[in-house]
Formats: sequence, structure tokens, C-alpha cells
Amino acid sequence: MSAELAPALNNKGLPESAKPELNKSAGLEGIGNDYKYGFSDKEDYIFKSGRGLTREIVEKISAMKNEPEWMLKFRLRALDIFNKKPMPTWGNCGLLNDIDFENIFYYIKPSQKQETDWDEVPEGIKNTFDRLGIPEAERKFLAGVTAQYESEVVYHSIREDLEKQGVLFLDMDSGLRLHEDIVREHFATVIPAADNKFSALNSAVWSGGSFIWVPPGVKIEIPLQAYFRINAENMGQFERTLIIAEPGSFVHYIEGCTAPTYSTDSLHSAVVELIAKPGAHIRYTTIQNWSKNVYNLVTKRAVAHEDAKVEWVDGNLGSKLTMKYPAIYLLGERAHGEVLSIAFAGEDQHQDAGAKIIHAAKNTTSMIISKSICKNGGRTSYRGLIKVYPKATGVKSSVKCDALLLDDKSRSDTYPTMEIDEKDVNIEHEATVSKVGEEQLFYLMSRGLNQDEATAMIVNGFFEPFTKELPLEYAVELNRLIQLEMEGSVG
Amino acid sequence: MTSPNTNKSTGSNSDSSAIPLLEIVDLHVNVEDKEILKGVNLTINAGEIHAIMGRNGSGKSTLSYALMGHPRYKVTSGKMLYKGQEISEMSPDQRAKLGLALAFQYPVSIPGVSVSNFLRKTVNAVRGRDIPVKEFRLELKALMAKLGVKDEFLSRYVNDGFSGGEKKRLEILQLSMLNPSLAILDETDSGLDIDALKTVSEGVNALSKADTAILLITHYQRMLNYVQPQFVHVFQDGKIVASGGSELALELEDRGYEWVTSEMQPTPGTGPNATKTSSSSSSSSPAVVGAK
Repeated sequence: MSAELAPALNNKGLPESAKPELNKSAGLEGIGNDYKYGFSDKEDYIFKSGRGLTREIVEKISAMKNEPEWMLKFRLRALDIFNKKPMPTWGNCGLLNDIDFENIFYYIKPSQKQETDWDEVPEGIKNTFDRLGIPEAERKFLAGVTAQYESEVVYHSIREDLEKQGVLFLDMDSGLRLHEDIVREHFATVIPAADNKFSALNSAVWSGGSFIWVPPGVKIEIPLQAYFRINAENMGQFERTLIIAEPGSFVHYIEGCTAPTYSTDSLHSAVVELIAKPGAHIRYTTIQNWSKNVYNLVTKRAVAHEDAKVEWVDGNLGSKLTMKYPAIYLLGERAHGEVLSIAFAGEDQHQDAGAKIIHAAKNTTSMIISKSICKNGGRTSYRGLIKVYPKATGVKSSVKCDALLLDDKSRSDTYPTMEIDEKDVNIEHEATVSKVGEEQLFYLMSRGLNQDEATAMIVNGFFEPFTKELPLEYAVELNRLIQLEMEGSVG
Repeated sequence: MTSPNTNKSTGSNSDSSAIPLLEIVDLHVNVEDKEILKGVNLTINAGEIHAIMGRNGSGKSTLSYALMGHPRYKVTSGKMLYKGQEISEMSPDQRAKLGLALAFQYPVSIPGVSVSNFLRKTVNAVRGRDIPVKEFRLELKALMAKLGVKDEFLSRYVNDGFSGGEKKRLEILQLSMLNPSLAILDETDSGLDIDALKTVSEGVNALSKADTAILLITHYQRMLNYVQPQFVHVFQDGKIVASGGSELALELEDRGYEWVTSEMQPTPGTGPNATKTSSSSSSSSPAVVGAK
């Protein structure tokens, strides 16, 4: 596969000399026609760190970003935690232990500065985002966009009217630089560095991600989007997103992710913190479609205060191993949380996903709907927690997990945990595992659909409760992706 | 009520060169290693309506599944020729594209898939082209009006939470859109109240054209009040034991199926070819009392 060029690029940050490699389309050869985002660009970077993680790299990242002292300290403390914390002993330990932390590039700066006009974005990167359809989507139906390439946001825009209303939508680095007080007050309050090994790693080397602050009462009716693209082989992308919705506000944030297909692995380990203040509403939609050599180990957590509402709409199609359990802490009375997720695992993929809801106040309500499909030996796991604290009376929660197996080689497991320390609650849990029914297939085929088309229709129908929550353009794209995944999949 | 189409070209022996729409010869079918069909012979020509009647468990539905190509229904011997082409090895979608369509007795639900989306995809698949949305909608709305199907039907999920009558209406709506050359109706009348039976029957009659045929599988005679077959066959223990005209159905209704067994067994010596039934072999069975 691709030539091993990286050792030539040490962490001296040579802008010009770091680029003489030819455009390697090698990554394209390894993929079927089912992953159309597997192409890669030639590397043309301002700075690329050496492989492996050292204190020097953390200091270098912080210095290049001109960060305040407290952030550097936070990073270094997080690095210590990361080094001390053992790997998780649950989930897919075999795959987790295959991660070679010494082989990863922790920071790559692709361009000198962030642009607000696509024409100013370096040509190669702009072309990539063109191919991914981002500028077009922005023109059509988005209120703001950030596009992150490797470690940095290369493009950013927000509609003027939102800016006038005081909405802040920036990359996280700019957020820290321009609104340090807000960031300092909220950063890492929802997910401390010590939460888990990967949140510690992110805290040490984070770069990019989105910072959103919505003023009280402001409702942003159309979505804001961030798009994350990994380009280099063995890249580690560690974006950090913080969304703060002030009382009575609303925001819908969408993120999409893709990467080239390489023969060796990349790592994506984000931390996402959401804070919904009283009466606020945050919807966070993810369509994760990483190539099948990406480890996707993400910590997502929200807090919802009184009468607030948080929804995670979480779609996992790509990656080699995903471990992600979006959490909602319902801290104020009548707060409501929803996690609606789908996972699709094909050959050599394990989607270990789920949800956590913590009911820490009275009359809080929650709903989890998890749908997963596996085929060709793929594996899906649902891992979930519902916790109700003592005195949190009147809590209502419903959990529904459905798994659909497309063949006998594939595997699906459910690991639901309930910790209920209050009697006055109403908790429902329902889990099903089914196979694509012979009778359904026969019915559809008797109507002229071939086996792949029939299976795709059943699968799209299975995911429909999820798809219908997406903006139309994403729903169409998702259905198309599923169609592609189904081609030649059933024998 | 429709009267049998009498001016079709297939009613006489002289037209022996015409290839039948469907020709089933000594068909044996196993389901999970158990033989269910034990030598079925049946010929259907374009323009004809045939009814197969028989008790539950006689193998009627097996015939419809075998014709449509259900993977668990294995043809062990015999022939199924459609327009002269052997279809036993074809997948169900290939058969659908050839012009066969089956209205299921128990249509399954497809949660999350709307009726309108489903109809569009399947009709496009069978017709082999993408029909413009406008054209499609016009055609669909006209048929829905005829079948007494409400608009809200289109946004519901296929058969999901449908009543028995709604399912049958959807089956006929689908067949009407698919416009098959051979429509196989498996117990379409069961679970219908009298009004529904009437509208559904009208839909079925509309499927009958000079170049198409209908195979009606039913337990009761009542649908035959509305859809009049020229040919009625009695199914028993995996084969056709008697054939006749529409009056046979009335007789069955009157006297039950017992008398067929006792009085109307094909006479000794009638081999598979002799019991072969169609408008062109009206002398083959003692039960045939004149198809016209």
C-alpha cells in the first residue's frame, strides 16, 4: 500500500520540505465500490509531528496555538493520566490492544490559517471537501459550517444573521482564544480528563472541534455542521467540541466524518461536551462513516438542566472499531434525554455503541432507541446504562434495542445495565434480535426486487425511525449508503 | 358482473400452435423434504380465468408459492413453462419481471417502508424503467379510487398494523399497478366483508384482459359470484382431481368436497397427460361438463 514516508517528517515543522510525496491513490485499491470516500490527497502540511506521544509534542501543540498557561497545564496533567491509566478491560479488548500509540501522528497542521471563503482554502483540501459535497450542502441548507482537516479547522463560516444574534460558532481553538472566559468556565466540566483513557488522551492533545455558544432564547432553526476529515495515514484526530445552550435556546449540530482507506490504522478520539441550561434544547446528530481502518473511540456526554432537552442522534456506519456511548445527565427537574442510534457493521467491523442516561432529578424522562445491523461477520454490541438516583421520583425511561442479523456469520450482543435506586419510577426495556426474514425477502422479490434490493429495502425500513429524524439530504444519503453496502452482500 | 371472455383465440383445439401462457406438467414439489404437490397438470391460456378450489391443506397455496419461486418450495420433478420458458430455476424477481404476480394470502409487513415508496420501487423494478413521479401518481390515484383505498394508506408502512381487509386491498392495488400477465390470487377473499369482497373482486376483474390470465385459489365459492372463472379445478392431496366449468364451483359449495373424492376420481388409466386440463383438453376429466 502507501509508501512509508512519514519518518522523513520529524517534528521540526518544515513547511515546504514536508511535501514531496506523490499523490498516492494507493488507498483506493483496497476498497470495494462501497466506500466512496477512501481517496486521499498528497500531504502538503505546515507541520506534522513525529510519531508517538511525548511531553514535547503536547508542549509544542500548546505553543503553536498560543494557549494560555492553564490550558497547557491541563494538557500535561491529562498526559500523565493517560500514561497511567490502563486500557479498558471491557469492550473489544483484542482490537483495543492492537492500537500502537507509538505509531500515531498526534498533530498535523495542514494550512497556515483558517478561511471563511472556500476559494481561499488550499486547492487540494478544497477539492476534497468539494468531493465530499460540503460547500454544496452549506449553500443549500446549513446555517454554518466548519471543516476540519487533520488537526485543524481549515474553513469556517456562519450566517450573518446568527452572528448578529450573538451566536458563537467557532473552532475550539478560536473559541479558547476569543472567548477564554466562557471556555474556561465550561471546558472539561462535563467530561474530566480522568474520565477514561481516551478522554485523557484527547485532553492532552486536543485540536480543532467546534465551540458553540447560543445566547438565551435564541433558536437556530437550521443546522450547523462540522465535517471531519482525516487524510494522512496513521493520523490521530482529537477534536474537542463544546456546546453551551443558554436558557431557552435551541441548536441542532450535525457532524460528519470520513477518511481515506489505508492498510494501517488511524485513530479518532474526540471529546464532546454539551451543556443545556434550563429550558434549552440541543440536538446533536452524527453520521460517522470512517473508513474501515479507523479506530473511533469517542466520549460524548451532555448535561441537561431543569426543563432542558438533549438528543443524541448517532449514526455509526464506518470505522474498524467504534466504542461510543453518548451520555445524558439529567440534572434538573423535568429534563428530557433521548439517544437514537444506529450501527452498521460489515466485515472486520465492530460497532460497540450504546447510551447512558443518568436520572439525577425528579420527573426526568428519557428514551433510548438503538438499532443495529450486522452482516458478513460484522459485530454490533449495545452497551447501555440507565441509572436513577435515590429520591429522583417520577422518572420515566424506555429502552428499545433491536438488532438485525443479515447472515449466520455475524454477531450481536446486548449489555444493558440498570441501576435503579428509587422505587417510584417507570422503566421499560425491550430488546430483540432478528434475522432478515425469508418471508419478507420472498414477498419483496415476488414484486420484482432482486435479493440485494430487497434486503436494502428491509434494512432501510429497519433504520427508518432514525432516518426520519435526519434532515432530508442526510436521510437520502444514508439510504444510498445502505444500498451500496447491500450490493452483493447477501449470497 | 363480467361474463367469461368468449372470443379468445384459445378455446379450440385447432389453434394448437399457440404457446400457452402457463403450462404445468406433472409437477412435484417438496417442502422440507415432504412431498406436497404430487403431480399437478394445468394449462392456462391468455384471456382465461381459472379457479382452484380445495380444502385447507390440499396443497393449493403450495402451488402458488411454487409458481412464484419461494426458496423453500423445491421442485423435484415436472415442468413449469411460462410462455414456453422453464421457470423452475428462476428467482422470484425474474419471474415477476416475466409477468407473474402473486397476491399473498398472508402478506408480511415491512416496517419502516411506506406503501408509496414500496409501490414505486417495485413497479419500476417490474416495468424495468423509472416511471416519472407525476405519471406514477396519476395512475396510482386512479386505481386507489377504484379500490376504495384512502390517501393516508400511502404513508403507512407496508402491511404494518393493517387489518385483513386492508392487506387484501393492498395486494390487489399492487397487482393492478404491476399489471401481470398471470395474476395468482391466493385466498384473496378470506377475511373480507361483503363490501370489501365486492370492490376487491372488481379490481380482480379489471386485471383480466385478452392477453392476461388469472389463477384464483380459494376455499369458498363466494368470490366466484363476482369473479367468474371459465375453469374450475378441484385440488386434493397435492393434485387436481377434477376440473370443470363455473358450475362445478356451485356444486362444490352445495355438496362439499366429499363427493368429488367418491364420485369424481379420475378414471383409472388417465395418466398425467390425460388429466391435463385446459380449455383445449375438455374431454380429459369426467368432471368436465363443458367449459362454456
